[in-house]
Amino acid sequence: MNTFSKADKNTLLFVIIITMLAPFILNPFPEGSAMAQFNAGYPDLMQRFAIFGILAVGFNILFGLTGYLSFGHAAFLGVGSYSAVWMFKLLSMNIIPALILSVIIAGIFALVIGFISLRRSGIYFSILTLAFAQMSFSLAYSVLTPITNGETGLQITLNDPRILDGGTGAGNLPVTGLFGLEMRNTFTLDLGAWAFQFNVGYYICAIFLILAFYLSMRIFRSPFGLMLRAIKTNQTRLNYTGLNSRPYTLAAFVISGMYAGLAGGLMAAMDPLAGAERMQWTASGEIVLMTILGGAGTLLGPVLGAGFIKYFENIFSKINDNVLHTWFSILPDGLENAIVWVLHFFVGKGWHLTLGMLFMLVVIFLPGGLMEGADRIRARFGRNKGKGEDTPNATNPAE
Amino acid sequence: MRPDLGRITMSNFTRRGLLKTGAVAGAGLAMPTLITSPLAAYTNEPTGGSVTLGFNVPQTGPYADEGADELRAYQLAVEHLNGGGDGGMMNTFSSKALKGNGILGKKVEYVTGDTQTKSDAARASAKSMIEKDGAIMITGGSSSGVAVAVQGLCQEAGVIFMAGLTHSNDTTGKDKKANGFRHFFNGYMSGAALAPVLAKEYGTDRRAYHLTADYTWGWTQQESIQQATEAKGWSTVNNVLTPLATTDFSSYIAPVLNSGADVLVLNHYGGNMVNSLTNAVQFGLRDKQVNGKNFEIVVPLYSELMAKGAGENIKGILGSTNWSWTLGDDGTKAFVKAFGEKYGFPPSNAAQTVYAQTLLYADACERAGTFNPCGIAEALEGFEFDGLGNGPTLYRKEDHQCFKDVLVMKGKDNPTNEYDALEIVEVTPRAQVEYAPDHPMFAGGDLGQCNPGA
Amino acid sequence: MDQFLLQVLNGLDKGSAYALIALGLTLIFGTLGVVNFAHGALFMVGAFCAVSMQKIFEISKITIDATKTDFLGNPLKVKTPYVIEWFGESAGNAMINWSVPLAILLAIPVMLLVGYIMERGLIKHFYKRPHADQILVTFGLAIVIQEIVKASYGANPIPTPAPSQFVGSFDFGVLLGMDPNAVIYPYWRLIYFAFSAVIISAVFAFLRFTTFGMVVRAGMADRETVGLLGINIDRRFTLMFGAAAAVAGLAGVMYTPINSPNYHMGMDFLVLSFVVVVVGGMGSLPGAVLAGFMLGILESFASMNAVKEFFEMLYLPSIDQIIIYLVAIIVLLTRPRGLMGKAGVMEE
Repeated sequence: MNTFSKADKNTLLFVIIITMLAPFILNPFPEGSAMAQFNAGYPDLMQRFAIFGILAVGFNILFGLTGYLSFGHAAFLGVGSYSAVWMFKLLSMNIIPALILSVIIAGIFALVIGFISLRRSGIYFSILTLAFAQMSFSLAYSVLTPITNGETGLQITLNDPRILDGGTGAGNLPVTGLFGLEMRNTFTLDLGAWAFQFNVGYYICAIFLILAFYLSMRIFRSPFGLMLRAIKTNQTRLNYTGLNSRPYTLAAFVISGMYAGLAGGLMAAMDPLAGAERMQWTASGEIVLMTILGGAGTLLGPVLGAGFIKYFENIFSKINDNVLHTWFSILPDGLENAIVWVLHFFVGKGWHLTLGMLFMLVVIFLPGGLMEGADRIRARFGRNKGKGEDTPNATNPAE
Repeated sequence: MRPDLGRITMSNFTRRGLLKTGAVAGAGLAMPTLITSPLAAYTNEPTGGSVTLGFNVPQTGPYADEGADELRAYQLAVEHLNGGGDGGMMNTFSSKALKGNGILGKKVEYVTGDTQTKSDAARASAKSMIEKDGAIMITGGSSSGVAVAVQGLCQEAGVIFMAGLTHSNDTTGKDKKANGFRHFFNGYMSGAALAPVLAKEYGTDRRAYHLTADYTWGWTQQESIQQATEAKGWSTVNNVLTPLATTDFSSYIAPVLNSGADVLVLNHYGGNMVNSLTNAVQFGLRDKQVNGKNFEIVVPLYSELMAKGAGENIKGILGSTNWSWTLGDDGTKAFVKAFGEKYGFPPSNAAQTVYAQTLLYADACERAGTFNPCGIAEALEGFEFDGLGNGPTLYRKEDHQCFKDVLVMKGKDNPTNEYDALEIVEVTPRAQVEYAPDHPMFAGGDLGQCNPGA
Repeated sequence: MDQFLLQVLNGLDKGSAYALIALGLTLIFGTLGVVNFAHGALFMVGAFCAVSMQKIFEISKITIDATKTDFLGNPLKVKTPYVIEWFGESAGNAMINWSVPLAILLAIPVMLLVGYIMERGLIKHFYKRPHADQILVTFGLAIVIQEIVKASYGANPIPTPAPSQFVGSFDFGVLLGMDPNAVIYPYWRLIYFAFSAVIISAVFAFLRFTTFGMVVRAGMADRETVGLLGINIDRRFTLMFGAAAAVAGLAGVMYTPINSPNYHMGMDFLVLSFVVVVVGGMGSLPGAVLAGFMLGILESFASMNAVKEFFEMLYLPSIDQIIIYLVAIIVLLTRPRGLMGKAGVMEE
């Protein structure tokens, strides 16, 4: 069963090294310098990178392999989050039971929705998943408020039972942890002007990301993965061979739903709140964008795409005019104002514009997503020409 | 470059480079050494010459303009705190602790973020302010969902949250937190202020039909208005919940005229409110006679931007606001002057509440002599003040809600300019909108204890 | 009965907006095979043509009136729109009053141009690309268009009232011998319905009765063969893209008095119109129109109190929240390709 090539092993090693050293890699600029604005090495964002990486890797198992484009994947993310927060409320602040429940519930949810939706293919399948997800969102926002706490989102409170923890003492809310190891604990390593943050929660997420990545690699290289690819290539022909493809697609759907559930559970474990917007169609669309942007069907692409979008959302939205002025303060006043005036359409409140333009540029010039860009760069610099089917020319995202 | 200082610190909610102070410790060592530093007394304790505030407002999405107005007010407040401009309401504020030299002598700096009016995004943005930028206080927002979510986060992180525009009873009711404070008024107060005016203007035997946004804020708002108007003798014909995503309210408005109701109450906010009011006026409801009376429409919560979006349709319609730039007191005048001269138009009531919140926070720091959230909370609890535009105001200790006069507003028939869409009908005195901390509409919550983090 | 009638009217009205957008989407999909996620943005651009028209008419000459003061105590600046200055009080005011209908004249060339540029500049390069790429690039474009509109007009809705002659509502009840006020419906919404009926018929008539339309239909059925016959099908398809953009734009212009336009109104409609198109069946124009009206009417019925209470008894509260999606699921499960979809279109 172990059919990993050398290239695969290298990829896995690459992922492990990158995730473990992320606090260094993401904080390249010294504290207090003008460029520090672009540092992304703080716990919350690193956690998000890992969590959305898991989500995109899972989505890729469905979309990248079978070509089925689900437009309702955010529903599983939301379900996972709600299950996890309920676990924190009822049982214990330990993240293990919460994560287990969120994966199971999301899996069941995916089984039901997948069973129905997979009766159709192509865009009809996409719209079915979208319809289920939008229904979940609408209900979670309003009618199901007793379960989901609607608009505000489900939070832990002081008077939750928490059977295993024996309730909460008066005063402060408990925090999520792993057998006493608190998710929010952070070591700060100061090296000269640099400050690197090592957060327990991030490393938990990173370990899950590596496991998720490893599992998806196994699936990609397994006979099951091969079967899924066959479905994408030509389902009709597959059916003529007397093979029923439904169980395979359903399995892929449920697995990727469970990935989303895990991601949702981790989100809640890092920050015990589950909001309904997590299930909205825009959130589902974001997952699709991450995967295609990074390179659907590739192993690393979706993780890259997830990082790309989250980076923009969190870093570019915080650059305001004031920051711009400090950057360009050495320039003459007139020039400074002119530059700031131009730039301020693209950052801060205009970060959507930058993101939209980058989507277009990537899709127009890099049909295989960011992974194709990476490959082109590698090709330009010579070595490592022959590569596995991992390259985007092998990918032809679903239609 | 040889790293001349290497150390590891542990903190719960993290803070970048707090440790520039201990630079001596590692000097002369070739290898980074690992020293456990004394724990900071509270999250993001400012050590340098400046203090960072986090302004978390919607910059994308339907409330972006409201967020932009809040941001303008924040920038103005920072300018005034640092001694710039004409000082605005600092001159009229009854507490004289602020000196225009920053807060506790430290220059005020700020970071901004985008809540996208989503609780998830708002929390992500607030977290990045706390973890990356070292913000000591988070403020802003223009919806109750976001306010409650961010308030919960600030409680866990150990920083103060000064709520922006949030009108749900829950913010200082069942979701109240020890680290969170609200200056804005709430649904109960809207009901208590509006009901007497409604009874006076439209009579006491009215039959009301409610359209309510189907989520927490809508429900608490509707409950408040129904209770307050029924106490004045009105009856409630129906309460129909409308989905949040509704853009066209025609199918909800069409049956109203035939229901026997003679007043339509629109418990909507933002885009929902603009559309439902526009649709209702389109149907010509206001030209009709029902039960021998003129049909009326009420919008319990107004904002200047919504009034602008609804245009002509707002004329003659009653609602409530937290504040209005047309008030005549000194605080208002000073603020409107400072804001108007800087930006060229008068501030909205969202701008006023966030400006006041920033000054109140800074003032509490000065009076407490610390940035420690627990010290600040103590200074704010039970604080009586005046001169911030709303008359004598109390920050109540039990639920961290401000009690002050509430304005009943009406869409002006002949606005003289585009900022003059609303006029004040009545300034409802504070005593009339007060309620007991354990009022059933606010029950079920617990402030907990203040959390300084670290 | 009266409630029933009212909701049928409402449904037709809602349905006409859905049908117009879905029609354009299907036209683009059927001719060019492109899934256009920017179609909602085109609807929004149309609506902002009306806003722009209004703003153009309101461009004002500023004079200082020293006798009055503004809120800061400075002398009041009085604005007089140039149209009033040039054409006199009554003609100028009439133009401002009629700015929404007049905006149609602005919207047609603008939308054709936008459609043309979009097709030649961007979409053309995506014919051979997977649908997922098309979705992504048009989605990116939609965001860019949206943000440009937001940067120029703000995020707040902008009131664009109908001409004052159309304010108020028409009393159908009296016509049918019922009590007054039993069935009233706003004039402008009736106009909107009539307008969309005209546009829809025009599109169908054009495709059915003109040679151009016939070629386009032939191309939709079999592009290659038509190409082999020596017909420049690409150019015609470009024109169809422009026409689809114009249909979306006009739908937007006329929609502005119903709801004040804002920059994200296109996104609000986008998902719904996709559901409409798919429920109607991919590639089928009559299907799109039929599904538009059907979903509009069902949505209206679902908002009736009696219906809501009935579903509540079946443990399905707030049926109006989910009706569209529920119907979509039921239709797609019972009819594999929507109401009138063709086999093999976007099924793989």
